[in-house]
Amino acid sequence: MRWIMQPLRWFWRVLKTPAGSLGLGFLTLGGFIGGVVFWGAFNTALEYTNTEAFCVSCHEMRDNVFEELSHTVHFSNRSGVRAGCPDCHVPHDWTDKIARKMQASKEVWGTIFGTINTRQKFLDHRLTMAKREWARLKANDSLECRNCHSELAMDLSRQAPRAAEIHTKYLLTGERTCIDCHKGIAHELPDMTGVEPGWTVDEDLQGTAHPGPRGAEEVQSHLMQAAPG
Amino acid sequence: MRQFRLPLILGACLAGTLVLAQNVPELSGPASDPMEPVPAAPLEQYVTDDVRLMRAYPEQPPIIPHSIEGYQLSVNANRCLSCHKREHSMGAGAPMISITHYMTREGQMLADVSPRRYFCTQCHVPQADTDALVGNSFTDMSQMGAASAGSD
Repeated sequence: MRWIMQPLRWFWRVLKTPAGSLGLGFLTLGGFIGGVVFWGAFNTALEYTNTEAFCVSCHEMRDNVFEELSHTVHFSNRSGVRAGCPDCHVPHDWTDKIARKMQASKEVWGTIFGTINTRQKFLDHRLTMAKREWARLKANDSLECRNCHSELAMDLSRQAPRAAEIHTKYLLTGERTCIDCHKGIAHELPDMTGVEPGWTVDEDLQGTAHPGPRGAEEVQSHLMQAAPG
Repeated sequence: MRQFRLPLILGACLAGTLVLAQNVPELSGPASDPMEPVPAAPLEQYVTDDVRLMRAYPEQPPIIPHSIEGYQLSVNANRCLSCHKREHSMGAGAPMISITHYMTREGQMLADVSPRRYFCTQCHVPQADTDALVGNSFTDMSQMGAASAGSD
């Protein structure tokens, strides 16, 4: 115990005693400049890990998910707007981004121990990973979709009638969020057995009984009414 | 004369080969340079008006009146069935696939879509408003004076 406490106590003493030989100006300015340099480096590193080039520097991403993305409308389209990996998988706001980055440290673990380093391992894990992303987007109300797509800017009259109708019913009412229906828009889907599409009608709205007389009792009650006594 | 017979036959064979070789059709197409890049024809736009069209004959698989761009149809996922399957047709407002899709080849009813009907685009296709690649003289049987059953 003593060997742990001793260095800590020494460090606390150094922090507590006023600087003997260093000037106040050196300490404040040095601290300021040091802070700027640290923050700059931190942010640069953060931005670097937030690029598509960084994502596809691992073969797990390049050969599986990035290759699949490259066939989709989010990669190549008539207006030339492209959504890369971080646009959908990393929140844009700083606090959310840091939170996501901390979660992503688990992915470093996965890379080191080769959790998905072959195609087969990747396919075996695909459902788990997909469900994690669906849950994340569901929880933040499809935040990453809404960084570009907004229902306020959506001209329903320019959509196919089918799309306009279902957007009015589910999106505008806030009943469902983007990811509920738009799964697998950028990557291939895992085995979807048991994954209900977003437009599934709730069990309790589907109704349990057929319209019309509900069986013998009802018919009997009508008969009793028609012929009293 | 006898000593020239073999070279003569061989010569005739060679000449015959040369003549026949002229008539071998070009397998690589008529282009002078088969590796030359050729401009691609512009892609046709799908008809996406959601209007169900009349079938040209009773057995025709109905055509798809919407875009299926990017729809996944694989062993893992079937985007078509996620709307057109019986369980989902109510929420999606899509027409349910026909009863025949729940039957085996022998007409035995199944609880779910028959595996032989799984790959929708094998029969159902979207349309583009374009000229037919091959001309045809199809005439609707109702225009050919076919009488309906029981009318005689």
